[in-house]
Amino acid sequence: MDLISSLLELAQDYWPQFLRGLWTTVQLTVLSCLLGFCLAIPLALARLSKNWLISGPALVYSVCFRGSPLLVQVFLIYYGLPSVLLQFYGGDVPAMRESFFWPLLNAPFMLALIAFTLNTGAYMAEPIRGGIQSVPNGEREAALACGMSPRLLTRRVLLPRGLRIAIPALSNETILTMKATTLVSLVTMLDLMGAAGRAFTQTYDSKVYLVLVPFYLVLIWAIARIFALLEKRYNRYLVRKTV
Amino acid sequence: MTPQRQARREQLAAAPINIEVSHVHKWYGEFHVLRDVNLAVSKGERIVICGPSGSGKSTLIRCINRLEEHQKGNIIVDGTELTNDVKNIEVIRREVGMVFQSFNLFPHLTVLENCTLAPIWVKKLPKKEAEAIAMKYLERVRIPDQALKYPGQLSGGQQQRVAIARSLCMSPKIMLFDEPTSALDPEMVKEVLDVMISLAEDGMTMLCVTHEMGFAKSVADRVIFMDRGEIIEQNVPDEFFNNPQSERTKLFLSQILNH
Repeated sequence: MDLISSLLELAQDYWPQFLRGLWTTVQLTVLSCLLGFCLAIPLALARLSKNWLISGPALVYSVCFRGSPLLVQVFLIYYGLPSVLLQFYGGDVPAMRESFFWPLLNAPFMLALIAFTLNTGAYMAEPIRGGIQSVPNGEREAALACGMSPRLLTRRVLLPRGLRIAIPALSNETILTMKATTLVSLVTMLDLMGAAGRAFTQTYDSKVYLVLVPFYLVLIWAIARIFALLEKRYNRYLVRKTV
Repeated sequence: MTPQRQARREQLAAAPINIEVSHVHKWYGEFHVLRDVNLAVSKGERIVICGPSGSGKSTLIRCINRLEEHQKGNIIVDGTELTNDVKNIEVIRREVGMVFQSFNLFPHLTVLENCTLAPIWVKKLPKKEAEAIAMKYLERVRIPDQALKYPGQLSGGQQQRVAIARSLCMSPKIMLFDEPTSALDPEMVKEVLDVMISLAEDGMTMLCVTHEMGFAKSVADRVIFMDRGEIIEQNVPDEFFNNPQSERTKLFLSQILNH
């Protein structure tokens, strides 16, 4: 009972912070997953290209972003990109502030969004590629036999089929990305985790992290619901025969 | 020869050539699948190709719409030669419908959407018009009531009839059938054959790879027997079945007719 009442007390004291943190987490997750998905489709198609000038760079991208820790990528982009821009302007700070890219690199949120988009795009490309590859060859032939060009085949048959197959794997990746957004608390952002961290430094009560748990549970439940609806909408063709 | 047969023969002899296959060779690596195949098909002619498995009969008809590439010889379809020119290939494929052994319907689309996909995107027909055409052909194969179902909800025979309707929606001049009834339960073979017979009666040029010898006897203008990549024998059905010339044909017929 003590535990519960102290948790409620913490929640009461810090809920505005937590709610603001929740909003940041939601924005970062939704935007990075949507943008990452848009990035993943061309990446997956590039990986499938027979031309190595197209598939090669896509492979390098995939290896780099899946082969290094996300935290390293976040640090590199958060601290690295602005300094690259500064170097580009030869150390001229006022000129840099005038530049087109400055608003993008000035806000921690934008930098975090860039890092998460690039990372989740690399991960999402894989199930999409697998989905496209698992479309039976007969369907490909049937489309070609109707006179479809390779482009039309990709756009009207392979992608719609492959994306449907990839939905469950994409829901996994979205949940993982959501949980990984906790890392942005390490680059001064007050997401849910950051809000809890700040509360902890004020109270030294580790139970603040316990208050965090239901917030993430609700988020994960929401993501799972969204993907369940997507599956219901797009995979209703999978007629269940038995079981 | 019956008078009808005689008349049909003369009619075909006068018809223009629709498909011309001359001296075609094909290899899969070392394996010589097609050896010097020559075949001329008149407009409106119905041809049945049979032969043991691995004889190259499927490969031959798949070469006609370029799902397989031949390495030597020429294939001319409806006046256009099949070359590496991609545009040529797409033009020919629009004129040549194909029905596969395993149906190959798009499972994520409804029956109606299966039938309208290519007309809408390849022929650029308006959706309404494509749907009207699709319903016409679905009626023709006698499943208009299944139009809004998904292929997974249909029986094999129904799926194959949808596949036939899907091909017809592109208004092809030639239809290729690659063992269309081999994957079906016996009681469903008839419903598919009935559709094919009605197509034949409408004067469609048809090439069928099939082991349905009853269909060959009643519908084919010519039966072709292939073995080991060669055309061994071809004749009108009566002669082919009653008076086969080569030993290999006799052996094949005895195996297929006496089980």
